[in-house]
Amino acid sequence: MEIETREFKHSHLVKVKGRLDSATSPEFAKALNELTNHGHYKIVVDFKELEFITSAGLRVLINTQKTCKRYNRGEVVLSSVPSNIYASLDLAGFTVLFKIFSDELTAVGNF
Amino acid sequence: MLETMSEIVNSAIFAGYYKNLAKIAEFIRQAAQDAGFDSATIYQIELAVDEACSNIIEHAYGGEGLGDIECSYEISPRRLTIKLKDYGKSFKPETIEEPDLKAPLYRRANHGLGLHFIRELIDEVSFDFDQKSGNILTLVKYRN
Repeated sequence: MEIETREFKHSHLVKVKGRLDSATSPEFAKALNELTNHGHYKIVVDFKELEFITSAGLRVLINTQKTCKRYNRGEVVLSSVPSNIYASLDLAGFTVLFKIFSDELTAVGNF
Repeated sequence: MLETMSEIVNSAIFAGYYKNLAKIAEFIRQAAQDAGFDSATIYQIELAVDEACSNIIEHAYGGEGLGDIECSYEISPRRLTIKLKDYGKSFKPETIEEPDLKAPLYRRANHGLGLHFIRELIDEVSFDFDQKSGNILTLVKYRN
């Protein structure tokens, strides 16, 4: 798995590539905690090059969403979600908890 | 004489580390491809097996490096049967609550999704627990 974080004027973009499972989710959590610990609660997570996600990765997403939405200070949105990944989000009942955008620029523009 | 399709049987043993989940996925992907499933179904099978193996490491063994996972599969004309064996703790699957998928964000639980995925993605799921000879999880996926 590879993670790349970019800063925009009103949000941060986190691009995740490869495989997000029990082995790699701690690193994903670390990248997101790095943002929220510094008071950045408006986050776009781009899944364009994500190949695989398990419940371990989904747990990180939901925990970060809880942190970001507290006090209405921000939220995590998703972009470029491949169909297999979308199916897992749907199976977990997550599609109502995250806004999903077709591409990263639209998602960044949402903030 | 009637020609029958021979069954493919294969097995492998993986040490119970999270880094081996990708290797297990590769092993299972090959099985699902050989069984002739489409790419979306192959993904579902890989996901269910990953969730099962993660649970074995986390819950049955209680951590990484504490035991092996024995994976085997059998391909027959009608189905793919995967067996995952461990020598860790048993549990009562019926006591694991289904996650509330309609709960608001703040009430979403932090666990239970793995087993939910396995049950949703696989046609037949059965657990056989035996402290001496090992615990076996059997996953059966049928071809249409």
